[in-house]
Amino acid sequence: MADARSIGRIAVKGVGKLYQRPKQPPVQVLDNCSFEIEPAKLTVLMGASGCGKSTLAYMIAGYLSPDKGSMTIDDISIVGPGPDRIMVFQETALWPWMTVIENVIFGPRALGSMSDAEARSKANALLTKFGLIEFRDKYPGQLSGGMKRRAELAQALINSPKIMILDEPFRGLDVMTRELMQEYYVGLFEETRLTTLFITAELEEAIFLADRLLIMGGSPSRIVKAIEVDLPHPRTWEVLTSERYLEIKEEIMRLLYQDQEAELLAQ
Amino acid sequence: MVNANMRSSSAFVRWRKGLNWRGAVAVASFILLWQLLVRFKVPGFETIPTLSDVFSTFWTKYMLSAKYWKAWAVSFERVGYGFVISQVLGIPIGLLLGTRQMFHDVMFSVIEILRPIPPLAWVPISILFWPTNEMSIVFITFIGAFFIIVINVHDGVRSIKKEHLWLARSLGASPWRIFQRIIIPSVIPSIAVGMTLGIAVTWNVVIAAEMIASDTGLGRLTWEGYVSNTPAVVILGMISIGLAGYLSTKLVDYAEKKMMPWRKA
Repeated sequence: MADARSIGRIAVKGVGKLYQRPKQPPVQVLDNCSFEIEPAKLTVLMGASGCGKSTLAYMIAGYLSPDKGSMTIDDISIVGPGPDRIMVFQETALWPWMTVIENVIFGPRALGSMSDAEARSKANALLTKFGLIEFRDKYPGQLSGGMKRRAELAQALINSPKIMILDEPFRGLDVMTRELMQEYYVGLFEETRLTTLFITAELEEAIFLADRLLIMGGSPSRIVKAIEVDLPHPRTWEVLTSERYLEIKEEIMRLLYQDQEAELLAQ
Repeated sequence: MVNANMRSSSAFVRWRKGLNWRGAVAVASFILLWQLLVRFKVPGFETIPTLSDVFSTFWTKYMLSAKYWKAWAVSFERVGYGFVISQVLGIPIGLLLGTRQMFHDVMFSVIEILRPIPPLAWVPISILFWPTNEMSIVFITFIGAFFIIVINVHDGVRSIKKEHLWLARSLGASPWRIFQRIIIPSVIPSIAVGMTLGIAVTWNVVIAAEMIASDTGLGRLTWEGYVSNTPAVVILGMISIGLAGYLSTKLVDYAEKKMMPWRKA
C-alpha cells in the first residue's frame, strides 16, 4: 500500500464561529483560528473541554461552516460533507438497526462505488484485520465500547478517505482498553499514513499519538501553539518513559498552567 | 439470578420457582372474596352475580351463540379498521411534520387544536357527518389512535441523533437513501410506542362508541345486559372485552418484535 501521500493538506485561516443560543447572548467560540494539517501526519488537537475542538472538527468535516475565515483541503474550499473526510464522533454513530457488516458496507453501497459482493469481501477483510469478523452479523448493541470503535474505523476506512477525523474516540473507555486502543490506532496509522486529525483532552494520549500537536487555548479559542513531536516510530509504551517524552510533556504543562494563571489573573 | 442451588434442584422445584405462586394465590383469593361478598349479600353486591353465575350463563347461553361470536368479530373489525387507517395516515403525517418545515408550519397548529378533543366528544359530529353508523364508529376509533401516532412519530424524527445523519451524509448517501435507511429505522421505536398506546385507546373508544351508537359488538352486548337486567351478561361482556384487548395488545407486541430485530439481540 502506497504511503506518504501528498494529498490531504488542510489549511484553516482566520476562522471564527459564533454560536447562537435561544434566549441567551451568542457565544464567540472560535476567533482568528489558523493552522495547517499536514498530509500523512497524525495531528493532535488538544485543549480543555468546551473550548471548541469539536466545532473545528465539525467544520472540517463539513457539517458546520465558519462565520469568518476560510478552510481548504488541497486548496479547494470545504463546502459540505463528503467521503474524502470521515469523522469518528465522541459517541458511537454506528446505526443500531444494522448489523456490523451492514454498517461497514454502507459507504461503498451508498456511493455505488462497489458491487455488494465486492463491498462485503472488502468489509470482511477489514473486520478480520480488526478482530471483529466473528461479530459481523451482530448488532452494535451487542459489542463492547472498544469493539464499536474498531467497527467504526472499519466503516470509515473501507471508503479510502483522504482524511480521518477522530473526536475524543477513546473517551469513556476504561483505562486498559483505552491504552490498547491508543497503541492499536497509532499502529494502524503507521501502516496507512492516512492524514489524521485526532482530538483529545488527555495530555499523555496526545503526546503518545502525535506527529504534530496543536494546543488550543484562549477565549475565544484559537491555536496557541504548534509542537512537532519528534518521538520515534513505532510508538510503543517504552516511548512513555523516554527523556524526550518527558521534555515535551513538561513544555506543554508549563504552557497550560501559564494559560490558566493568566486567566485567573485577568478575573 | 443464578445460584448453585438452582442447577442441582429437581425439575419440580425449578418449576415452582418460575411460577408466580404469589400472583396465583392473589387471583384465587380475589375470586373467593367475590364469591363470598355475593353469597353473604354484602351491601352493594345484591344484584352482582358470582363468577360461577357468569360462567354458567356463558356456558349455557353464549358459548354456542352465533350472536355472541359475531359481537367479537364486529368489535374486532371496527378496531382493526380504525387502528390500521390511523397508522397508515398517521405515520406519513408524523414523518412529514418532522422532515418538512413547510408542512410543519402549516399543519402543526391545526393538529394541536384538534388533538385535545377527546375521541368520544367526536361521537355526535361523527354520527351527523358520516352516512353510515359503521363509518362513524370506525372514525371515532381512528381519531383515538391517529393523534397518538402522529405525535410519537413526529417526536421520533426530532430525536434522531445528528451524528447518525451526518455520518450518512459524509459517506455519500443521497437524501432518499438517508430517509429509507436512517430516518425510517430511527423512527420505528417511536412507531412501536405509538402503536401500543394507540391500540389501548382504540379499544376504550370502540366500547363506548358501541354503547352509544350501535346495536352490535361487545360494548353493545354489555350495555344490553344492563338494560335487560341480566348482570351476568354485563360481567361476561367485561371479561370478553378485557380478553379481546389483551389479544390485540399481544398482536401489536408481536408486530413490534418483528419490526425491531436489533432490540432483542
